[in-house]
Amino acid sequence: MNSDELKQLKHLALLVRENIIKLSTDGGCFTGASLSCADLFVFLYQRFLNVTKDNLNDPLRDYLFLSKGHDVPALYGLFAEIGFIEKSRLENHLKANDHIYWHPNTNIPGVEFHSGSLGHLPSVAMGVALDCKLKNQRNKVVVVTGDGELNEGSVWEAALVTAAHKLDNLIWIVDRNYFQANVATEELIPLNSIKDKFEAFGWNTIDVDGHDFEKLDEAFSNLPLANRKPTIVVAHTVRGKGLPSIERRADRWFCNFTREEVNALLGELHENKMAELNSETLVVR
Amino acid sequence: MNYEQLITESALADERFIIMTAENRALIRNIPNNPALANRFVDTGITEQTMIGMAAGLALRGRIPVVHALAAFLTMRAFEFIRTDVGIANLPVKLTGFIPGLLSDGNGPTHQAIEDVSIMRGIPGMQVFAPSDEEDMLLMLPAIWKSNYPAYTRANLIKPLYQHDKNFVIGKAEVVAEPSTVTFLVYGMLFNQVLQAKEILEAHGHSVGLVNMRSLKPVDEQIIIDAAKQSELVVIVEDHFKIGGLYSIVAEVLLKHQLTANVHSISLQHKWFKAARLSEVLEHEDFTPKKIAAQTILALESTSKVKI
Repeated sequence: MNSDELKQLKHLALLVRENIIKLSTDGGCFTGASLSCADLFVFLYQRFLNVTKDNLNDPLRDYLFLSKGHDVPALYGLFAEIGFIEKSRLENHLKANDHIYWHPNTNIPGVEFHSGSLGHLPSVAMGVALDCKLKNQRNKVVVVTGDGELNEGSVWEAALVTAAHKLDNLIWIVDRNYFQANVATEELIPLNSIKDKFEAFGWNTIDVDGHDFEKLDEAFSNLPLANRKPTIVVAHTVRGKGLPSIERRADRWFCNFTREEVNALLGELHENKMAELNSETLVVR
Repeated sequence: MNYEQLITESALADERFIIMTAENRALIRNIPNNPALANRFVDTGITEQTMIGMAAGLALRGRIPVVHALAAFLTMRAFEFIRTDVGIANLPVKLTGFIPGLLSDGNGPTHQAIEDVSIMRGIPGMQVFAPSDEEDMLLMLPAIWKSNYPAYTRANLIKPLYQHDKNFVIGKAEVVAEPSTVTFLVYGMLFNQVLQAKEILEAHGHSVGLVNMRSLKPVDEQIIIDAAKQSELVVIVEDHFKIGGLYSIVAEVLLKHQLTANVHSISLQHKWFKAARLSEVLEHEDFTPKKIAAQTILALESTSKVKI
């Protein structure tokens, strides 16, 4: 990756973060969680996945399944910038005349499947990966879960079964931001090393900084591996990344800011000027 | 022809079929040994949720997954996956529930799928079927698998006592005897018991109608209306809780059409049934032909016909 490419990725990520912040008012959204995987999505759609606005229905495209559905503002924010949806549609957030709401749905071009109930899409992705294999197609199938999502038992079923079926075209990314809803993961249900757990389940495992585009490029450059093992990428991230006033905070998962606070946060994003936030923090789970 | 032969034939004729199981191979034990089907046989292990999620993924890619598990675990352990992944997306995943209703005989309440009709029919788009015996099931499945909707079928390997109408149409019941003074509406394995109860009642001089419902969702509304209008007594027989099954379906249909009728329910009311060999269960839970006939006569005697 040359410096121009890196600059472009960083610029796109900044625009996605702007979009996420703008969605965090008039009803709000899952701001903290969305900011942690904004860089990941930018990287995946720009550098890794064979998905463009022109091949969204091509059976040979790559697939991304967002299992931690509440991060969808990061997808909306990116899709608006890369032309999957009109940018003006973001203004329809939470309006009944569109489908831009808190969890993904297939009315949004680029969303492969709906989610919101955690622990579902690893198995759905597995079905798609199996079909690609049966048809000798070389699509990559990516599923993104949270780390808190790993509390769900269905996730571990899927981990066992994906390895049993040797689906080496499947790449599972964990957005490891160390928070689940309103609590730090290690304080509630400690996950310790996700890498070790999946290694024990028979997976290829990779740890990577989920905000460093060059390191992501390096980690993903040889994926998918074709050694009859699926791959897990534990992307270490920061909840609220990019906005120090809400970073690493258990109480900034779901945010519904005032218009003034949104403007202050946009200022913080561009000028590193800490925003003053007085909105009540919301516990929605 | 048996279930395995039918699914083998169907899958060989149509590449879209994927035969799946959560390690319940009773109906499909030889499929993995068939070289032409081995790669379209998927056993996910004892993981009903994962099997359903995976089936949804396969259906997204144009496949027709036919999934197999014990009815109780399929419809309840995996319920939210069926509702959320198959139901919301309205994908043509075909669910075959093994040992539903009384067919779990000696297993006990953990294995009793006697609320399955209720919970499956509550999912928008989901079709629900309950063949009366093995032959009926084999007559019904081709149409069920061909439909573009998700579907749940109560598997039934009971040997037939009746030669069924070969023309099965989704949403149509099989009228064995036109509605009469007493009309039975029944589905699933209790059909044979009711068929024999009908003979007992006829020997006592009663005129008896009998309907094998077959398709519970969509349901044959017209036959329910006819039964309500033409019978002094409608008897609904089901190996299901009284809540949410055919009794509820009939109530919904009659209300919709502003009708009422004298209806007697022979069902599991609201309790688990005694686990035992099937013949013992039928006796203990009052589902033998004699007991069905006796209950019907009692209900007839206490009936004063009220009609709108």
